[in-house]
Amino acid sequence: MSSVASPVLQLHNITKTFGSLVANDNISLTLRQGEMLALLGENGAGKTTLMNILFGHYVATQGHIEIYGKPLVKGSPKAALATGIGMVHQHFTLAENMTVLENIILGTEPIFRLRHHLSTARAKLLKLSMQFALHVDWNTLVKDLSIGQRQRVEILKALYRDVKILILDEPTAVLTPQESDKLFTTLRLLTGKGLSVIFITHKLKEALSGSDRCVVLRHGRVVYETATKGIKASTLAKAMVGGALPEIKKKKSTTSSQQLLSCSNISIFGSQHQPLLDGINLHLFKGEILGIAGVSGNGQMQLADMLSGMQAPDSGEIQLEGERITHHTPREMMSAGIGRIPEDRTSTGIIGDMPVRENIALEHYQEPGLSRFGLLKFGSIEAYAKDLIKKFDIRCPSTETPVRNLSGGNIQKLILARVLSRKPIVLVASQPTWGLDVGATAFVHEQLLQAKLEGSGILLISEDLDELLQLSDRIQVLYKGKISAPVSPDQVNAATLGLAMSGHLEEFSQQIGQPAP
Amino acid sequence: MRLEQRENISPYLRIAAPLLAVLVALGFCSVLILWSGHSPLTAFLFLLKGSLGSKFAITETLTRATPLIFTGLAAAVAFRAQLWNIGAEGQLYAGACMATLLGTGMLPLPGWFMIPFLFLAGAIAGGLLLLGPTLLKTWFSVDEVVTTLLLNFITLLFVNWLVFGPWKDPMAMGWPQAAPVIDSAVLPILLPKTRLHVGFIIALASAMITWVTLRFSRLGFEIRAVGHNKHASRFAGIPVRKTILFTAFFSGGLAGFAGVSEVCGLKGYLTLDLSPGFGYSGIVVAMLAALHPLGVVLAALFIAAISIGADSMSRSLNISNYIADVATAVSLLSVLAAMLLARFRLRWR
Repeated sequence: MSSVASPVLQLHNITKTFGSLVANDNISLTLRQGEMLALLGENGAGKTTLMNILFGHYVATQGHIEIYGKPLVKGSPKAALATGIGMVHQHFTLAENMTVLENIILGTEPIFRLRHHLSTARAKLLKLSMQFALHVDWNTLVKDLSIGQRQRVEILKALYRDVKILILDEPTAVLTPQESDKLFTTLRLLTGKGLSVIFITHKLKEALSGSDRCVVLRHGRVVYETATKGIKASTLAKAMVGGALPEIKKKKSTTSSQQLLSCSNISIFGSQHQPLLDGINLHLFKGEILGIAGVSGNGQMQLADMLSGMQAPDSGEIQLEGERITHHTPREMMSAGIGRIPEDRTSTGIIGDMPVRENIALEHYQEPGLSRFGLLKFGSIEAYAKDLIKKFDIRCPSTETPVRNLSGGNIQKLILARVLSRKPIVLVASQPTWGLDVGATAFVHEQLLQAKLEGSGILLISEDLDELLQLSDRIQVLYKGKISAPVSPDQVNAATLGLAMSGHLEEFSQQIGQPAP
Repeated sequence: MRLEQRENISPYLRIAAPLLAVLVALGFCSVLILWSGHSPLTAFLFLLKGSLGSKFAITETLTRATPLIFTGLAAAVAFRAQLWNIGAEGQLYAGACMATLLGTGMLPLPGWFMIPFLFLAGAIAGGLLLLGPTLLKTWFSVDEVVTTLLLNFITLLFVNWLVFGPWKDPMAMGWPQAAPVIDSAVLPILLPKTRLHVGFIIALASAMITWVTLRFSRLGFEIRAVGHNKHASRFAGIPVRKTILFTAFFSGGLAGFAGVSEVCGLKGYLTLDLSPGFGYSGIVVAMLAALHPLGVVLAALFIAAISIGADSMSRSLNISNYIADVATAVSLLSVLAAMLLARFRLRWR
């Protein structure tokens, strides 16, 4: 991009505080016309807060924003839209029971109008979709669309409102590698037509391949700003983390032939009798990490829920060390030896309003060591909690602190501590590093590898392909409730896995030289 | 104007919020008293004198607080588990019916056995009455607010039929009331020449036991966990349905206590005006106490003092004693607002 392009958006000294927390600290930023800017940073670095200020969801404590040289009205998404800012949120904001067309025109027309101007809307959209190669069937209900398609609808929705500046929050978080490539092609088309794009990401690869310029945030401050061309990944990583990246440990194979967990012909049906899990078979051995890849919503939740005892399968059988556990309750699953790390740690893994101490005891409070005659043994629970806080380095002011006041990383440490201190036979870990910073992620990985060394079998359900390739001994892919044959991570790369994740199971099988499931 | 969640709620704020709410309620009542042409200061002075001004006034307030402690505890326990029991009124009458059924001569038992037995029976009746709506809630997700509320009217109509029909006392000169309980079922009076009875001590003991249960027992742990987050509780292996059913029995039982205590301690027999809405006032009491069992005692004393004091105020100043109901209702509304403001902070943008 030539440097003569004029600035379309300027942020001047934006500061935002929440109580004592400084989420954004004196941030200044310039976006030029036709530019693709990557806003990099770890979780909690302040990226999303900054974009929410820009879009008017939050009001900055200090500082102001200029668009085309004019000040932007604070705290009004309407004003932001009117000046041409559009935002595609990480979690889409579409009405599932309406068609694509209805979703796109929703909000652009007054509520009390008898007829929609559908024909003009269609004509405008047709032009847009031709121009930017965004093809979606207008009359489909949004609930029938794939995640990638929904994102395209979100982008079209923004374009329909004549945006000049498009902000995307973690746009590739839910996409397969193939879909991500497609997204960036689209974004390039947009900048080619003079639009400006900011995308928020914590993935270095994307920032390097997709952007013209990178701005790195850390602890709410701009710590690094550079043209992307010629920059090294390691430089960006250092800026992001504020030091050298933690070393990736070479994994050691400790797999034995002793089978711990087997699921045979498992099916679970949804409310409309659609299969959510469709004849799944998987086997987990002692001392291995079995990775389950796939875009979320393809049956991972049901698989994890089933092994957690939250939902029994409609057909099929689960065995743990040869014993049937198909219809176990959560408590029975735990006492049988299954440890669970839930996908949604804040709403499933902990009870936020209860203190750290009680959350640590949450899964075993009823056992003789922690209670007697129906009364809790407070001393023992306190000692148990203190012990785990020390062993797992959980940072909290005291055991009395409500656990919701802890950071995401410390909450995950608490859950890990609760589960791993029991030496589970099998560990079911769903998205264990989702939303964690680099340090906490490394800690979780270390703990998983340690548990594996100690002989646990680990089912690692994750959307993060790098994590799966790095940690797993074998990988299986879930797509629409079906599961692929296991492959070794040495046999595949992210692109091959991406094929399976987007439903090309046959091509995938051909590529890895195994029969399709 | 927007609400922003406070990161940490200071303990001072927690205590200040209900006190402030009470002040707002009294302030609102002052306006009404002014409107009726009296000085609020004089009115409140009479109110204070009527409720706390003499030994007799104090015992009257304690007597009135007794059923409110029971129903307040009933609401507090249930609300802790997010079981919205609005049916304490009906459960109170269920307990009262049980006391009448077993205490009017059917079982001639000695007092040391009779009284605990009647309380137990009343608790079972109240507990069972709440168990129905709770089973509907846990099995079919039927909203318990609606079912428990409507069950109050059904129970009251049933009592109506009883006291006009099969249980009507022929000795009552045509009044719709049941036969009085036998002597061994009457709760002893604590202070001679007052109406203060042993039920008050039982209410205090119930508050203590409820507090210990919630704070130190496994069941209490489960109730709190389920109340805060059902989903996470289930994931952690807590038997959620069982916990809710236990809570229901606990809560309904406490409301049943109130009925037994009123029949055996105060009135001596079952009538339709046994409770002037103690079940509903219990909700106010529980909210004022921020669902804390020991706070319930204080809140119940406050509400009782207001209503006893308002009676004497209305006699002296000729102001309607409905002012007590207004004060109770407004303090509920303002405590709800105060609790919101304790958790959130108002931001003008």
